[in-house]
Amino acid sequence: MTAQFGSTASVESGPVTKDQTNGHGANSPVSSVQQAPRYRAPLDTAIIDTDIHIYFPTQDALRSYLDESWQDYHRTFGQRGFDGSHYPRAMPNAARHDAWPDDGTPPGSNLPLLQKQLLDEWNIEVGVLNPLVGAGEQRNLAFGAAFARATNEWQVAEWLDPEPRLRASIIVPWEDGELSAAEIDRWGSHPGFVHALLIARTKEPLGRRKYWPMYEAACRHDIPIAIHFGGAAGVPITGSGYPNHYIEDHGGMPQTFQAQVISLIFEGVLQQFPTLKFVLIEGGFAWIPPMLWRMDSAWRKLGSEVPHVTEPPSQLFRRHFWVSTQPMEEPFKPDQFRQLLGQLDLDDRLLFATDYPHWDFDAPDRAFPVPLDKERRRKFMAENARALYKL
Amino acid sequence: MPDPTRIDCDIHNEIPNLETLYPYLPDHWLDYCRESAFNGPDAADYPESVPTTAREGSSAKPDLAEVQNCAMQDVEIGILNCAYRVQSVRNEDLAASLATAVNQWQVEHWLEKEPRLRASIVVPSHNPALAAKEIERWGDHPGFVQVILPVRAEAPYGNRRYDPIYSAAVKRGLAIGIHYGGAPGHPPTPTGWPSYFIEDYAGMAQIFQSQVISLVCEGAFERFPALRVALIEGGFTWLPSLMWRIDKEWKGLRHNTPYVRRPPSEYMRAHLRLTIQPLDAPPNPLHLAQILDQCGAEDLLLYASDYPHCHDDQDILLDLLTADQREKICSANARAFYRL
Repeated sequence: MTAQFGSTASVESGPVTKDQTNGHGANSPVSSVQQAPRYRAPLDTAIIDTDIHIYFPTQDALRSYLDESWQDYHRTFGQRGFDGSHYPRAMPNAARHDAWPDDGTPPGSNLPLLQKQLLDEWNIEVGVLNPLVGAGEQRNLAFGAAFARATNEWQVAEWLDPEPRLRASIIVPWEDGELSAAEIDRWGSHPGFVHALLIARTKEPLGRRKYWPMYEAACRHDIPIAIHFGGAAGVPITGSGYPNHYIEDHGGMPQTFQAQVISLIFEGVLQQFPTLKFVLIEGGFAWIPPMLWRMDSAWRKLGSEVPHVTEPPSQLFRRHFWVSTQPMEEPFKPDQFRQLLGQLDLDDRLLFATDYPHWDFDAPDRAFPVPLDKERRRKFMAENARALYKL
Repeated sequence: MPDPTRIDCDIHNEIPNLETLYPYLPDHWLDYCRESAFNGPDAADYPESVPTTAREGSSAKPDLAEVQNCAMQDVEIGILNCAYRVQSVRNEDLAASLATAVNQWQVEHWLEKEPRLRASIVVPSHNPALAAKEIERWGDHPGFVQVILPVRAEAPYGNRRYDPIYSAAVKRGLAIGIHYGGAPGHPPTPTGWPSYFIEDYAGMAQIFQSQVISLVCEGAFERFPALRVALIEGGFTWLPSLMWRIDKEWKGLRHNTPYVRRPPSEYMRAHLRLTIQPLDAPPNPLHLAQILDQCGAEDLLLYASDYPHCHDDQDILLDLLTADQREKICSANARAFYRL
């Protein structure tokens, strides 16, 4: 078969001309950022937001949920994580400027404001809380476990109890599989918790056996494991050392997600735990098709090293993984986004997310760069999440 | 349709063993190598028995005769990529001497014996000043067309510490070839050490992606407008998704990196070329055609066999191309990029 493909790029390297942008239409700093009105989708479906961030309003508020001995510890030593791996964000708390409560407490720490700006404003039927407060990144694992438990109790008392539209994440001290399993067992039958939450940049690839007790507990309670953007675990944030800038930290997160998927699949987690489900949150999704093609190709040639992987990686991925939408990659042309959805073949697995209150918030009517048919809108905006989380 | 003449941008000429380099090492390092247990760089990019390392009937480390017999049919020019990882030798002076020895060996055993071949300068890139000296040593030799860097490094390649390398390469009209592999001593993923070779192999594409982000976002192409970078043996089907993501990042965060003046995808298109193997192709040729179209691949891809490494059949790609596109990918792009 001969399928032509068109291109306008020039063979010679050198000065870039307008012709080389393949629909991007940009040749100078000013003209290159498109300011045209963005496509707005009709808000004619239910909306479930699978990525909302909440924070303790003060350190005292956190301490009030810790046992007394850990209160003293926290007052004296604070939180001790993997220093030297953090990048200053482009804006305070990586938050929308309008998301700061009047009393100066952090964005995402004030329920009435969150209700007003997110749940009421966009008529969100259910919102899933993913608190990124640091419990899993404590070098003192016992303190991490206490911190995780305090975070979970705080979610119940101050968010789930007063606001029935919200669901919570079981926070775990993920670098210790046994302690994490205990925390999942503590909350696994509470109807307000819908998944256990990990961060993308763990100390080791998540397929490694030290993490398996946590997966066993998740299977016991039939709750998914969610892996969220971010983290700092004391190893360079690329496979080739530390970059300089936040844009590389933020824009490079898909490489971390790919490393985790490769690990979970090739290290045999899905054969060991055939009912386990994973949710990839805030990693985008355009990287998924090429990663799966490469994994399938590698498995065809090198599969003898991992005899526990008995079916193509792409098949395992499509059975065990769900993916949130934000921040979604934006192709140069609308058709390319539709091509991406076709290559992805995950119509039942994409979960809408706003990422409130962060700066790269996706509004429900402006998240998708192109019009989608009603059936896809229903699935992506709510029904896939409803089915996964049994809402 | 007869095949156009091909320029093969990835043929491997590997050092059989450390003893091969003895005739080219200074006495001091020769004694050191003989007296110590040093056995050469410990990078394990191509374990000899692993199925991807050599295709059926070929050797993991082919000699010139094998390359001439098996890899040069229909090939007008072949570009050699020696994957000897002097960068994983911690002693930087020894690494530099090893690099010189490798390059001398390439001249004597390959370039002087086969006029259709070109080679890549091996450099101790973990010490950019020494690497620049090595580039200066060979830069005027017409047989060398690029400087080869392993994709795994101590720091991403957009970092200014590497500027002496780029400066020396640009001055002599050499391309930079970023190639699969390397052993800088830290993990190959952003999340620690995986257990299996297959994870290192599948995950190598992510390191290429990180390098592209770094080169663009740390301003390497603004500092060196003439810098040409070939991404070798890292796949290419991921390129559209990376362009989309980083262009979007740039819209939100470009005030942090004001020297990145144009959308990142423009730098990628202007300065990067990618070899076609491994294809990492989708099972559906329509999806491959979409990927080619999305990134304007006809101007970005360089034909490569990656001999002797074993990959999927390249015909799934070549069959999608028009005669014009085929001519570009099989030879014209490489001719322009490497100034052949």
